[in-house]
Amino acid sequence: MELNNLMAYELLEKIKNREITIQVVIRNAFDRIEKSDKLFHSFVNLSKEKALKKAKDFDSNIQKSRKIGRLLGLPFANKDLICVKDFPTTCCSNILQGYQPPYNASVIEKIVEQEGAIHIGNTNMDEFAMGSSTETSCYGPTYNPWDLDRVPGGSSGGAAASIISNQAKIALGSDTGGSIRCPASFCGVVGLKPTYGRVSRYGLIAFANSLDQIGPITKCVYDSALMLEIISGKDPQDSTSVDIKVDKYTEEIKKSVEKKTVGIPKEFFSDGIEPQVKNSVKNAIKKLESLGVSSIEVTIPHLEYTIATYYILCMSEASSNLARYDGQRYGKMSQNLEGDVFDVFNRTRGEKFGAEVRRRIFLGTYALSAGYYDQYYIKALKVRTLIKNDFQEAYKNCDVIIGPTMPCTAFKIGELINDPIQMYTIDILTCPVNLAGLPALSIPCGFDNDELPIGFQIIGNYFDESEILNVGYQLEQELNIFRKIPSLTKGGM
Amino acid sequence: MEVHIQLTKLRTKLFCSCNSDYRDAEPNTHLCPICIGLPGTLPVINNKAIEFATKIALGLNCQINEVMYFFRKNYFYPDLPKGFQISQYNKAGGKAFADGGKVTIRLNSNKKDILLDRIHLEEDPARLVHKGSIRTSPYTLVDYNRSGIALIEIVTEPVLSSPAEAREFLNQLKLIVQYTGISDLSLEGSLRVDANISIKGHPRAEVKNINSFKEVESALIYEIMRQKNEIKKGKEIIQETRHWDGRVTIPLRTKEFEKDYRYFPEQDLVPIIITKKNIDEIRESLPEMPYERVSRLQHQYMLSEFDAENLILDKDIADFYENGVNSDPTFGPNEFKLYCNWLMNDIVGWLNENNSKIIDTKLKPHYIVDLILNIKKGTITTKMAKTMINDMMKGKTISKILEDKDKKRISNEFILEKYCKEAIEENPNIIKDFEKNPKAFEALIGRVMAKTKGQADPKITRKILRNLLH
Ligand SMILES: [Zn+2]
Repeated sequence: MELNNLMAYELLEKIKNREITIQVVIRNAFDRIEKSDKLFHSFVNLSKEKALKKAKDFDSNIQKSRKIGRLLGLPFANKDLICVKDFPTTCCSNILQGYQPPYNASVIEKIVEQEGAIHIGNTNMDEFAMGSSTETSCYGPTYNPWDLDRVPGGSSGGAAASIISNQAKIALGSDTGGSIRCPASFCGVVGLKPTYGRVSRYGLIAFANSLDQIGPITKCVYDSALMLEIISGKDPQDSTSVDIKVDKYTEEIKKSVEKKTVGIPKEFFSDGIEPQVKNSVKNAIKKLESLGVSSIEVTIPHLEYTIATYYILCMSEASSNLARYDGQRYGKMSQNLEGDVFDVFNRTRGEKFGAEVRRRIFLGTYALSAGYYDQYYIKALKVRTLIKNDFQEAYKNCDVIIGPTMPCTAFKIGELINDPIQMYTIDILTCPVNLAGLPALSIPCGFDNDELPIGFQIIGNYFDESEILNVGYQLEQELNIFRKIPSLTKGGM
Repeated sequence: MEVHIQLTKLRTKLFCSCNSDYRDAEPNTHLCPICIGLPGTLPVINNKAIEFATKIALGLNCQINEVMYFFRKNYFYPDLPKGFQISQYNKAGGKAFADGGKVTIRLNSNKKDILLDRIHLEEDPARLVHKGSIRTSPYTLVDYNRSGIALIEIVTEPVLSSPAEAREFLNQLKLIVQYTGISDLSLEGSLRVDANISIKGHPRAEVKNINSFKEVESALIYEIMRQKNEIKKGKEIIQETRHWDGRVTIPLRTKEFEKDYRYFPEQDLVPIIITKKNIDEIRESLPEMPYERVSRLQHQYMLSEFDAENLILDKDIADFYENGVNSDPTFGPNEFKLYCNWLMNDIVGWLNENNSKIIDTKLKPHYIVDLILNIKKGTITTKMAKTMINDMMKGKTISKILEDKDKKRISNEFILEKYCKEAIEENPNIIKDFEKNPKAFEALIGRVMAKTKGQADPKITRKILRNLLH
């Protein structure tokens, strides 16, 4: 049986119908990882023994149990910053080496403990999710399965690579300024960043807590809808999660999109966007129009301030969120214990954090300092409100906003890593969504001349995930490229 | 002054459900991923803490802000597991929990309002344990049982002008806290004070770690002396943070108090709306505050301000008083005053001597009513009553005491007459006085009582004495 080209929901059917055992599914996943991860480096820690044992238990219990988990037996790849009880969760940072959380994140409770997905390992990412290329990981980069010389995008690069290369069937990422959608775009998979507050952040190790949101990375929109149905909802352990009805997304997506209006911000097609990306996205818009969707031009006038605003806020928050890593209670402490406790704190943080993390802590600390706070942090908050208002203004005339996910396709490893400003700039189309707290979906809409995937972004109004998944699903079916996989991942690999 | 008060009457910590009753517990047994700040955890507000904070804010006459935000106070310290403390801030777009307010103190016979700047609700850091002095301890241990306990920070305006005023302020504050029922300040570490002290025209020093009522005055006196001496020697006072070690204040290293806390909003908690309705409901549920009670007691029971102020110094005593005087409808101003005297002199005296609290004794409010009525009826004398206090504290009513006495009572007229005659012979002065002073008769009865160790039947004695003297 050819398992590898199956979508998660298709595999799930086979498991439920007992056409295949969960043990075969899980063994197959680890076989693929063992063969292919030397090339891609999607994973940083594997949970083979536990996963195989769980598969065996599930197989022997599947006949007895009346209620079958909605993700039963699916190989699930977790991003290395979502806490899994008694499993190394390190944010791909040296400072958290050896750390195993004593508790599960709320999303892990839901998809693993309640719905039966099998955690096969944690995926690679930029250290503390700070990056757009998965190059700042302390374990080294992940390689894009479409072209091994290129980055998979970031920060959830390992997750996206594990999905496109069929190592895992479902994955979770986190998105602070595009960390789900960027790698989804670069790897040609589906990435969903839910509305801020839609999914509990309890157990998500914070990078920038007013922007972070957990979301699924999958092969197709249906799988994404299925995951979102499960992970959404109010969690008493996360005060910022919101008690708003969770739709049956897997049904909602199948509705017609006829007579819907999509808004196209003119700023999303500026000169900074690569022509091949623009063309591909425009072609996809034509496909939507062929489905009876009408499109109008909208404007996000403050888009030009987005990068500055986003980086001031995320760095400020990060400087505080990462203050707890001092080596005193968990993780790694400096070997050199000279001086007093403050000397050891400083030395530990200096040694164990990578360059990009230190850069952001410095800049964030600066932005929050007395005398600069009003000029940077407070001003950025004000611009954030303006950007929110821009989107609300636009939604008066359209149901969803669409455009490219990224201004470019996957770039070469090493190409931007020493040019942080350039690297930050590629988040221009994703981070406004986080600033506004809106939900957004990225689906593949085509390929450039180098056979690299191009991402199409659909941005919805607050808690309107049904709408973006619906448009995304109908477009995906119309484009019908979602089963395309990199040549490197074909065959027995 | 910055006064930190733990809300010890809460059952759980401020942002997690750990048991907040950590005293006498094994170190590091009352903790969870949230209160030790493990990566990925989020705070969830304890709504009871907001109610308690509202109570004390109302008790101190503060203006409570309708929207409540938390802010992060960022600094590194080994007792701070997240590298920041979740607190509140009244600048940078933040708001205090409540603004303003006052505590009225009386020093000698002068009244003074100690104005408050603001009140914050915040989390307590962990407890650092040293061996001996902080300076010489070879190690520091961290006990996270205290980490995340709810604290109220009360900040005064710079209006306290002497250590005695500071002491009185704390006494009044303690009383208000007792009345609101949010904290038991007799628990070790439940109250901590930081004091900013300056000699006029010179920079201030902050003294931290004053951990009890008793120490406040001595720490302040020491620090004022130190600063005066420095100035006398022609030295500059440095603006710095000093640590009170129980004897002296010692400077902390400069590095620890470079004060840029980089306050900014805590966005893991959503703003909490405290409606006027919530506040009114809490106000309704609040007991009368001590200063309100003083004026009511004065009016309702015709007490002097002095008596009323003394009564309310301990809420339990004041409650006892009111229960007592209200239990007999025949009581009037005279009895109100008598009851107050018996309670404040004899009973409180007994409590002090025996190092006990009124609620821990078997004394009931109506015992004192009984005592007053018995004296009035002449069943006992005041002097006798005083000898009965000890029995009363142990749960005996006057009638029970008298009944016990009855068993030993001397009512044989022949024997009593002998004692009466002796008393008359031995006290010619009293007899001389007898014509002019009606009290002399009572004194004579007292002598007979003394001779019989209180066992003489007072009625019969009275009759015999009257016969003998006429
Ligand atoms: Zn706790």
